[in-house]
Amino acid sequence: MSRALITSGPIDPTVNLPSVDMSTSLGYFESPAPVFTASGCAAAGKELDQFFDITQLGGIVTKSVMMNARSGRATPRMAETPSGMLNSIGLQGPGIDSFIENDLAWLRQRGARTVVSIAGGSVEEYGKLAAKLRTVDGISAIEVNISCPNVEDRGQVFACDPNSSAQVIQAVRRNSDTKIPIIAKLSPDVTSIVSIAQAVERAGADAVAVINTTLGMVIDLDSMRPALGGITGGLSGPAIRPMAVRCVWQIHQALPHLPILGMGGIRNGEDALQFILAGASAVSVGTVTFHDPSAPFRVQQELEIALAQRGFATLREAIGFAHRGPDVTEVEEEQA
Amino acid sequence: MAPLQITGQVLDVRRAGMYTVMSLTAPGLAERTRPGHFLNIGIGGEESGLLLRRSFAIYQVQSRGVYGGSVDIVIGVHGKGTQWLVDRRRHDYLSIVGPLGRPFTLPKEPANCILVGGGYGTAPLFMLADQLRERGCRVDVIAGAATEEKLFGTLEIKRAASTLTVTTDDGSMGVQGRVTDVLDDIITKTQADVVYACGPMGMLAAVAEVATARGVYSQCSVEESMACGVGVCMTCVLPVIGDDGITRMVRSCVEGPVFRGDRVRWSDVGTVPPDTLGAPTGGH
Repeated sequence: MSRALITSGPIDPTVNLPSVDMSTSLGYFESPAPVFTASGCAAAGKELDQFFDITQLGGIVTKSVMMNARSGRATPRMAETPSGMLNSIGLQGPGIDSFIENDLAWLRQRGARTVVSIAGGSVEEYGKLAAKLRTVDGISAIEVNISCPNVEDRGQVFACDPNSSAQVIQAVRRNSDTKIPIIAKLSPDVTSIVSIAQAVERAGADAVAVINTTLGMVIDLDSMRPALGGITGGLSGPAIRPMAVRCVWQIHQALPHLPILGMGGIRNGEDALQFILAGASAVSVGTVTFHDPSAPFRVQQELEIALAQRGFATLREAIGFAHRGPDVTEVEEEQA
Repeated sequence: MAPLQITGQVLDVRRAGMYTVMSLTAPGLAERTRPGHFLNIGIGGEESGLLLRRSFAIYQVQSRGVYGGSVDIVIGVHGKGTQWLVDRRRHDYLSIVGPLGRPFTLPKEPANCILVGGGYGTAPLFMLADQLRERGCRVDVIAGAATEEKLFGTLEIKRAASTLTVTTDDGSMGVQGRVTDVLDDIITKTQADVVYACGPMGMLAAVAEVATARGVYSQCSVEESMACGVGVCMTCVLPVIGDDGITRMVRSCVEGPVFRGDRVRWSDVGTVPPDTLGAPTGGH
């Protein structure tokens, strides 16, 4: 393991770096590239395709779609916070039929790998959404959003309870093609994210997406009322990155065989590498896309450089690398 | 035409009353810009704690010159982000994305046009006035603000207009009152066909109401707070009636910022009207 011997220190950018095999997998889903968009931060890909070639990414994770068209919440829907933002969009969307007919058709025609994110108000709705998706081609995986904080009854975020989480995943699994990987998107707003990950895995999830936003709030000092129309909102951006890396670490430590799509405040390739080293098989770039619309593609290029600089020939070698035992040199020192 | 994501260099920063006019190099942007387009700028550099880009109406563009094209914007300081921006100096680099949004629609035949600007909402009206006049349109301008120092570019826009009427709430310049206090009269005098407006939402609502009551077509460029500016975040929505008569929450960054005045549900902005497509049925 030659890479373990590479010491940290300033890296000479003039050195020609070897290319890295960036392919990865999330369950049955084999992807030549490891960086994805994050649900709710890329619509259905079309807008970002103006800034970079979306087919070069691992895939587009679409905004969570529900059975029916949904208006979302009243404005203001967004508040800027230190190194992040709060949103209370409220799952605005066209409904699954319009999504399949328009958005999914466009993505398929464009040739982009697509992960469809679904959200439901009930276990039954998730099942129905999966059944709808079973009838269409061109889907690489289904991301099951059981953790959106912007639902009517915040006490019923499925991802806050292992049994509810499992019920949703079972419903999706039952109604999906067995070859379609199911990725459960988890909330960090729980006492033990590992127990939720275990529950969804037992229920048939092939991978987990970690993390969704964490619930937050801002008071507007002019009105002296909550700044958001939805009162509370989901906090995202670099502010939550350490929390996200911790969640990925804990899940990978407990369930090293369970593939993780890691996300939370990834801004550049080195941020992405932290997630990979903590145990993520792939990453999503979310909020930073609002700061830089080409961020997902840029992060993917930077991640390859960051891997090459540390001597990795393949991305797969780096997955969970931070969990390894003491390095050889350290062991020798201890023995001496 | 797709927007560009470019790095621009600050050419000039100058005060204009209580506003700041900033000129930036922006190769390729001028050729793509139509009146009513906007751009957005990344704040605070690569490691900034302020993640959201700030959006500005495009005020002027120069497609030629030693810089290979440049663009001017007008900045009003509202917080930390805009303060950081006006503190930039010549030669500083900024991340620019633009042109964005749907611009104003220009009449195919010569028409009588009234342009209404509230505060520095006059900024996108300069290019519009020039292009309307090139098409043989009559252009009359109304510029309004709370006070004289909150007006922008009144001397300059006079050159492009048949008449300029200024209103201020406190009477510090022009007619004391609101733009809508003079709009009805000017519609009559100029036999206006179209009213174009840009400014605060309250003013746009009032302008659209007067225009619609008079049977005059209106186009309003709205101010909604945006996060991405490119259509992916769903932050900047407002209720707008579609061609099919159905109200939807539409994004002002890509379906706007220019909307038909008679299509925006002005009194419902900031809410989701119950008859909106997909509005919640249970209370929330």
